[in-house]
Amino acid sequence: MWLFILSEILIFGGLFLLYAMYRAKHPADFHAGSMELSRFDGTLNTIILLTSSLTAALAVYSTQELNKSRRTAWYLAATIGFGLAFLVVKTFEWAAKFEHGLYPRAAVLDARPHGEILYFGLYFTMTGLHALHVIIGMTVLAVVLSWVIQNKVTQQRSAILENGVMYWHLVDVIWIFLFPLFYLIS
Amino acid sequence: MTHRSHFLRYIYIWIALIVLTGITVTTAGLNVGRIGILIVLAIAATKSTLVLLWFMHLSTEKRLLLKLLVPIAIGALAIFIGLTYSDVLTR
Repeated sequence: MWLFILSEILIFGGLFLLYAMYRAKHPADFHAGSMELSRFDGTLNTIILLTSSLTAALAVYSTQELNKSRRTAWYLAATIGFGLAFLVVKTFEWAAKFEHGLYPRAAVLDARPHGEILYFGLYFTMTGLHALHVIIGMTVLAVVLSWVIQNKVTQQRSAILENGVMYWHLVDVIWIFLFPLFYLIS
Repeated sequence: MTHRSHFLRYIYIWIALIVLTGITVTTAGLNVGRIGILIVLAIAATKSTLVLLWFMHLSTEKRLLLKLLVPIAIGALAIFIGLTYSDVLTR
C-alpha cells in the first residue's frame, strides 16, 4: 500500500513541480489569481477533510483495537458524508468560477495576463484531479463499509479497511498542500 | 497504552491539525511578505507529518525499509521542487 501511496504522491509531485516553475516565473499573476479564490470555501473544505481523516482513523481503531464493527460502520459512513460535503463545497466554488468566466479557454480568462491563465489552468487540473481522488476514495470506503456490515471485515481480517482508510488519508495530505498553495498566497 | 488513550490521541492530533489550519489562515492574512510562503509550507509539512505518522501509522510501522522509504521519497521530491523553483527564480 505504501508503494501505491508513493506513486500517487509522485503524480501530484509532477504537478507541484509545474506549479513551482510557473509561480517562480509569474509571481504577480499567481498572486492576482489567488485573490479570486474564496478563502472561506478553502478553509471550510480543509476543516471538513481533516475531520473526515479523524473519523476514518477512528473507523480502523474501532475494528482493530475495540473489535466493534458497528462503530466502524458509523465512522465510515461519517467519513463518506464528509467527503460528500467536500464535493458540494467544491461544486459551488467551481460554479462561481465558471460564472465569472474563469475557466480554461474562456474569453474572459484568455484576455488576462499569461500567468493568470496558467494559474487557473493549474487550479482546475490539480483540484480536479484531487476531487477525482475524493470520489474514488468515497467509492472504496463505500465498498469497505458494505463488507463491514456483512461482517467480512473483522479484527483478524482488517487489511482492506486499513488500506482503504490509508488512501483516504493520502487524499487529505494532498489537500493539505493544495490549500495554502492556491488559496493562501495572496 | 490503553485503548482509551489511543482514542484520545486521535482526538489530540485532530485538534492540532485544526489549530495549525487556523494559524496558517491567520498568518496568510497578516501580509508578512515573501517569508509568508515559507511559513504556510512549513505548517503544511507539519500537518502532513502528523497525518502520516499518527493517522497512517507510520510511527508504529515495523518494516524499517518502509519507514525510511516514505520520508526519503517525499524529501527527494521536496528537494527537486525547491531546486527547480530557485533555478527558475534566479535565471
